[in-house]
Amino acid sequence: MGPVQYIPRIRQQYSRLGYKPYEWVSNPQPPPWQPVRKPLAHSRLALIASGGIYVAGQVAFHHKDDTSFRAIPNTVRTADLRVTHFAYDKTDARSDPNVVFPIDTLRALVGEGFVGELADHAYTFMGGIYSARRVRDELAPRITQRVLEERADLALLVPV
Amino acid sequence: MPTLCMTSALDITRSVNPPRAAFLDYPLGHTTGKPHQPQLQRQIMRAALEAFESLTAPGSVKLLPFVWSADETWKLQAFSGQDERTKRLDTPQYQSEQDRILAEKGGTRETNHCPSCAQWHGDPARAR
Repeated sequence: MGPVQYIPRIRQQYSRLGYKPYEWVSNPQPPPWQPVRKPLAHSRLALIASGGIYVAGQVAFHHKDDTSFRAIPNTVRTADLRVTHFAYDKTDARSDPNVVFPIDTLRALVGEGFVGELADHAYTFMGGIYSARRVRDELAPRITQRVLEERADLALLVPV
Repeated sequence: MPTLCMTSALDITRSVNPPRAAFLDYPLGHTTGKPHQPQLQRQIMRAALEAFESLTAPGSVKLLPFVWSADETWKLQAFSGQDERTKRLDTPQYQSEQDRILAEKGGTRETNHCPSCAQWHGDPARAR
């Protein structure tokens, strides 16, 4: 069996449930391209994750088009990570956040020299935002600015 | 800045068409691996990050060579029934009550140091 086709699956489900069809983002033009200029082993990597991860002590995300983000220090204790979201099964993410927020994985790869270093913070948000316009106009520019301020060489995006 | 998107939804990613992507054929909620399997998580991540150097055509997707399980019935079940999303409330939805109490007290030394949210600076009373 090939990969799950989510677009027709969700279209059918919404239709069955009487919802309007969801308008998927579609970018038929070639995407903008920034060539990689340094080897991974010499690069500073910024992690950006949309699974609704926050640190105990931070205000949790709400679930109605929350366009805020959280900055999570790269030294965070994994046991202090929390997950809140409405659109996916969080059981495994809450048991081991690395399945949607691979902080220990990336720290290990830095330790073995595969990645040069991590940016001081990872950036997280709750990606269940139905307005693509608000993501584009409100959330994305702010996270981009923070990642640029961190002088990251590369950004890894982890959706759910 | 060069970017790489992980994904477990290949058709959605092709529609969005980011510069570079690495696709992991796992159920949603496991974009970067299986829980408590750090060695596998690292293998997945190395294979994904390697795409920064190997993908040269904008819009390319690297298909990662990992299989969730021999039994693929999970693929039939995704979005095949009722709407499993929980109700969307516009107040902070804490994982636990203790988190709410801690955040409302102003957080910890580690968490109230920086503007961690686009809309407020650590004061829950000013959120929203």
